[in-house]
Amino acid sequence: MSQIPAELKYVSSHEWLRLEEDGTVTVGITEHAQELLGDIVFVELPKVGSALGEGEQAGVVESVKAASDVYAPIEGEVVAVNGELEAAPELANSEPYGQGWFFKVKPSNVTDLDKLLSAEQYAQEIGA
Amino acid sequence: MTAPKRTPLFDEHLAAGAKMVDFAGWEMPIHYGSQLKEHEQVRSDAGMFDVSHMTVIDITGADAKAWLQKLIANDVAKLGFEGKALYSGMLNADGGVVDDLIVYLTSYGYRMVVNAGTTDKDLAWMEQQKAGFDVTLNVRRDLAMLAVQGPNAIAKVCAVKPTLADAIKSLKIFQGLPAGDWFFARTGYTGEDGLEIMVPATEAPAFFRELLAAGVAPIGLGARDTLRLEAGMNLYGHDMDETVSPLAAGMGWTIAWEPNGRDFIGRRALEAQKEAGVAMKQVGLVLEGRGVLREGQKVVVDGAGEGVITSGTFSPTLKHSIAIARVPAATGEAAQVDLRGTLTEVRVVKMPFVRNGKKVFN
Repeated sequence: MSQIPAELKYVSSHEWLRLEEDGTVTVGITEHAQELLGDIVFVELPKVGSALGEGEQAGVVESVKAASDVYAPIEGEVVAVNGELEAAPELANSEPYGQGWFFKVKPSNVTDLDKLLSAEQYAQEIGA
Repeated sequence: MTAPKRTPLFDEHLAAGAKMVDFAGWEMPIHYGSQLKEHEQVRSDAGMFDVSHMTVIDITGADAKAWLQKLIANDVAKLGFEGKALYSGMLNADGGVVDDLIVYLTSYGYRMVVNAGTTDKDLAWMEQQKAGFDVTLNVRRDLAMLAVQGPNAIAKVCAVKPTLADAIKSLKIFQGLPAGDWFFARTGYTGEDGLEIMVPATEAPAFFRELLAAGVAPIGLGARDTLRLEAGMNLYGHDMDETVSPLAAGMGWTIAWEPNGRDFIGRRALEAQKEAGVAMKQVGLVLEGRGVLREGQKVVVDGAGEGVITSGTFSPTLKHSIAIARVPAATGEAAQVDLRGTLTEVRVVKMPFVRNGKKVFN
């Protein structure tokens, strides 16, 4: 079934987060999310430098089937976006936890991560 | 809730790795991995669709022809020889579309194929219109139906059915070939060449496997929708329904006005609409930038009013979004679509968008 790497954090709107060594947090959509969406054909990413509140709309992902908002799972400033993903949106289908990442934020408060779902909790959430 | 129905090919879909969904009360394959790859497969080679959920109705009786001339807006008198097919709307008295269908002339009368989601209401409507006519309807649930579509579709079917190859190859567009309990028609819903094949349910799984072995890939409902949309073909319940006139849904060509005296159901309503001027028309929309046009989005036409997208998608062949829309009759070449809160410029074009693998609009 769906891959849910144990070392990542999750939110119920199907984004994953990874705390990097430099203190930034990488955000993407989960394997389960890309399965629900089907073939992804466009992504819209936030602007580098923009400040995002927790739960704020950060982008859009459009598949052949539907358009879906991507939310900021944590408060912070966008420090990088995945330009490769804009050019090749199918990466979110094929490598949702790798080259298909969406954006990186510098979190306002890194301890906010502790409040998010563990892999086990997310698996329960999606009934996996 | 009743459990969804299964076609005779259900087990074959699972074996081929299908993701199954509920569609009009049927458990059907939405894709077998990637909708985009399946779309490309049909445009470039050959794919097969299980369309056994659609309903085949055989029509017999001394009044079959006269009854069909009343029941549907196109005229079965155009069917000059056995196997010939006709596309038509079946209208209500207000001129709304009860369903769209294909009817074939057969040795025993006629064969009609109607949509899955509308079958119950279609049959009830037909029963209601039968009074006074010597007509018998026979619903052929003993048949399965496979659409094999794509530039190599006919060659691959012929490879599987060598004894019928010559007869199948000689079929012209919109023409069918009865062969025992089987029926091969050169029709489809993709804008590619191909066949729709009716086959006894018990023989369908083996035929499916033979086609698979011949290099015909199974294609899900997802790609069926993007293919038909590129081909500019209507989907019932989306591009038209009982509240929409065929004149506002790009179906004007399916209405046989001659002979004048043929009083088909809905004729008077349509004549009144023509007299008053039809307010809306069907067009194609093209968005070459980012974003995907979706069903239900509002279309704004400067100086002419508003319309609505009735089907929209990302076109895998064109790599941008396309849509079918119902817009004010005065609409020219430009319009705007409310794309998630942003009015976005789109081009208005004549459909189809794609035919035989190639872009066809300007």
